[in-house]
Amino acid sequence: MAGAFQERYRPGDSRIHRLDPRIKTVTALLLILGIVLTPEHAWPAYPLIWALLGSMAEIGGIRAWRLGRMAALVLPFTLAAVALPFTMPGRTVFEILGLAASDTGLARFGAVVLKSWLSAQAALLLTTTTPFTDLLWALSSLRVPPTLVTILGFTYRYLHTLKEEAERLIRARDSRSGTLPGQKSGGSLWWRAQVAGAMIGNLFIRSYERSERVYLAMRARGYTGEMKGFSRAAPTINAMLSGALPVLVLVLIEVIAVILWSS
Amino acid sequence: MSHHTIEVADLSFTYPDGHQALNKVTLGVEPNEKAALVGPNGSGKSTLLLHLNGVLRSHEGSVCVGGLPLNDDNLGQIRAWVGLVFQNPDDQLFSPRVYQDVAFGPLHMGLDEKTIEARVSAALEAVGMGGYAQRTSYHLSLGEKKRIAIASVLSMEPKILVLDEPSAGLDPRARRNLIRLLQSLEYQTMLISTHDMRLVAELCSRTIVLDSGSVVANGPTADILYDAVLMERHGLETP
Ligand SMILES: Nc1ncnc2c1ncn2[C@@H]1O[C@H](COP(=O)(O)OP(=O)(O)OP(=O)(O)O)[C@@H](O)[C@H]1O
Ligand SMILES: [Mg+2]
Repeated sequence: MAGAFQERYRPGDSRIHRLDPRIKTVTALLLILGIVLTPEHAWPAYPLIWALLGSMAEIGGIRAWRLGRMAALVLPFTLAAVALPFTMPGRTVFEILGLAASDTGLARFGAVVLKSWLSAQAALLLTTTTPFTDLLWALSSLRVPPTLVTILGFTYRYLHTLKEEAERLIRARDSRSGTLPGQKSGGSLWWRAQVAGAMIGNLFIRSYERSERVYLAMRARGYTGEMKGFSRAAPTINAMLSGALPVLVLVLIEVIAVILWSS
Repeated sequence: MSHHTIEVADLSFTYPDGHQALNKVTLGVEPNEKAALVGPNGSGKSTLLLHLNGVLRSHEGSVCVGGLPLNDDNLGQIRAWVGLVFQNPDDQLFSPRVYQDVAFGPLHMGLDEKTIEARVSAALEAVGMGGYAQRTSYHLSLGEKKRIAIASVLSMEPKILVLDEPSAGLDPRARRNLIRLLQSLEYQTMLISTHDMRLVAELCSRTIVLDSGSVVANGPTADILYDAVLMERHGLETP
């Protein structure tokens, strides 16, 4: 649980950290778009894209292999595409349980996995170098509907509430889980299951009520449904160029991919 | 256990965000002694207490309870000996009903039903919450929660009581009863973190002052509590 809910932002003072959040957001979106549009069979393009993301990570003070490992979090979701090799027509490569895997299907599946992994790296690079509030602000100044931004903000806020409440409950239970020498302790399996069940119910009610209190506290301080942030100057030309650079490199890779490797 | 002591030696602890909360803390509490732990906000009192039954673990320095070093093998035994009352009662109560919370410790230790029932009602009586067994924990008032939290530890009949600000949020009568209750527990070792200097004066024979994660004074309450200069220097006041 700790892994999935962790605060992603890592404070730092790199070039990428200092870049205007609006530019970073647009760059990340364009990179993801580019990755998704990579021709399926252009295998040599993938390591190149990875090298691009990896070097950006290093500039941002994150080890490239760590970013890759963090992004592996999305791999289980690519299982949704696992039926592809068996449903697409093509030359049979191997068979399991009477199901034939086709070459085109396997290639498509491989491309889905690689693209998901690379896109996740682009997104993680954005969230590890940008505080979440800056990200929300960037989204709203890029004209994302305010309701959507607010929902995102609350979801993030309350994920932490939920995680904290869960940790507190578990800590409370462990702290009183004493054992006596020569005495069978820990209670029956049934009792332990009951305790765990009650804790989950408790977790829900407590998180719900705590989020209510957070909301009331925000109302009490004048919250009207709109997040206000500090206004910032328009991004400089220099910042725009820094944001455009990786996109241009990606476009270059894509052009080469289309010309050389897409047949 | 022949002697229920607390011995902390050279304990340092840094939170994951890099904040060092304890810096080479060394202190000991004798069997049946009642010691107070005082110090300004953020001095590391709660952090230290959370180490005493292994809620927090540090690799620097050592914690020994009842003569046993705190490690994975002894953790269960130490948790049966040390009753820890958290500063925030919401950190302590995790069951839907008061009864279940107070019965959890004894049930986990594998005691028989008769004993458990007797202990639960005795513990609830002791904190003046006799009629609350069937109430839901999360809708109680702060002071009520605090008293239930204390009961949930008393029901384990721990040899060592570690209390984090036990009197905070209690009304004057409940506070008075708490002091009386703790005084009556003659055969329990106690380490009490508190800002309530009158409680210290009435209950504790020894006072330990913590500031910025280090022990800055440790001696008889009579000497420390009335040393106005020392108290002032560490953001405290004489009772
Ligand atoms: N989970 C945490 N992560 C990071 N830092 C923490 C955490 N909990 C406490 N701290 C920091 O550690 C220091 C000691 O905190 P602690 O709660 O032990 O203080 P305390 O002496 O109990 O204070 P109080 O009198 O307010 O209860 C504080 O500076 C606090 O900000
Ligand atoms: Mg504290």
